[in-house]
Amino acid sequence: MASIEPGKFRRLLLSALTLTGFALLGAALVAYTESRTRDQIAENIRRQVLDSLYALVPRNRHDNDLLKADINVQDEELLGVAKPVTAYIATQNNQPVAVLIRSVAPNGYSGPIELLVGIWWNGTLAGVQVVTHRETPGLGDLIDSDKSDWLLGFNNRSLQDPGLERWAVKRDGGDFDQFTGATVTPRAVIKAVKNTLVYFEANKTAMFAAYQTRQE
Amino acid sequence: MIQRMKSVIGEGLWKNNPGLVQLLGLCPLLAISTTFFNALGLGLATIFVLTGSNLAVSLMRRFIPADIRVPIFVVIIASLVTIVELLMNAFFHDLYRVLGIFIPLIVTNCIIIGRAESFASKNSVPMALADGLFMGIGFAFVLVTLGSIREILGKGTLFSQAHMMLGESARDMQIHVLGSDYPGFLFAMLPPGAFLCLGLLIALKNVFDRQQAERSRVKVQAAVESIT
Repeated sequence: MASIEPGKFRRLLLSALTLTGFALLGAALVAYTESRTRDQIAENIRRQVLDSLYALVPRNRHDNDLLKADINVQDEELLGVAKPVTAYIATQNNQPVAVLIRSVAPNGYSGPIELLVGIWWNGTLAGVQVVTHRETPGLGDLIDSDKSDWLLGFNNRSLQDPGLERWAVKRDGGDFDQFTGATVTPRAVIKAVKNTLVYFEANKTAMFAAYQTRQE
Repeated sequence: MIQRMKSVIGEGLWKNNPGLVQLLGLCPLLAISTTFFNALGLGLATIFVLTGSNLAVSLMRRFIPADIRVPIFVVIIASLVTIVELLMNAFFHDLYRVLGIFIPLIVTNCIIIGRAESFASKNSVPMALADGLFMGIGFAFVLVTLGSIREILGKGTLFSQAHMMLGESARDMQIHVLGSDYPGFLFAMLPPGAFLCLGLLIALKNVFDRQQAERSRVKVQAAVESIT
């Protein structure tokens, strides 16, 4: 058996120890920074979620804590994904006022488009937001509220306004604008919003019951 | 010493500019330079990491055995970048969301390990600091120039989304350089536009350098002729 000469062994050991020392030092610094920023980061994420909820259902229309008002709802066909999605129930004096559902448009041009659909309890839309999407810049990304006002076209609509069959882009005989060169994206979003409304009408009582159970 | 410092500064800002001459760190350079403030955000983060890593490497250069220096550089740089990422997530949350994956990717920016290996590990602390700072500024300068050009061409605006860095009061900073009904030029926002703009910048720099060289050659010649 070849033996390692003592000098070489010492050098190897020293190298290993030095590297360990640097790794420990680096890890300690990162851990310290993490512990000092953790609360601020959690607060940022909380505020970001709240901002998007308040944008649809303003603070003066409800009096419960929306971050504690989330329930899980599940319906692959109407909500666009197989897994449960989050819904937030807004209440005033313990009466349901609105619901915000994180539904998905599964058939966007470049994959699923995640939505936040706000619905007043009478079935009219409080508004729609796009949470994430990968649609083509300049064409499909007009669904982004930073880039165009298209999403505002949903405000105050309901399953009765326009009627069920007119929930489509104008090219398909519907009531909603399409984009030049991109029909797939608006089609997908309109269908998802309509489906979310259908889900709401069928499940509103069950959703409020689930919310009440969660509060107990 | 002062002479050396001057040459270090000149190298970083112009002669050996990481963006225009060394062409290092092209991935973040091309991907993030879509608007002025995106570019500025990543530029500042890079300056911070580069200065910090040069400082750390130079400070510890006597304790870093030559045969394991590269893993040690990687540990130092990775720790620094993670710290910057956490700080940005906490204090510049909107910008953090826009820069996204490109903050952790600063780790892979070859400028940083390149300067650690070729400069900081062989030079005194003040020199290494200056090198990191001015290489970083040189990189950020190219990023911001590219960002401004692409934002103007692509969206017709400048300083859009300023609130990401400067808070809500800066929302009105946006200028419509090409009029508010400019239709936009998508090409400038996409990667091919980035490559073309960078190519033009490099060409401009080369033309400028050649003219300078020509001018000084003529000057020397005139001086020589006046003597003879």
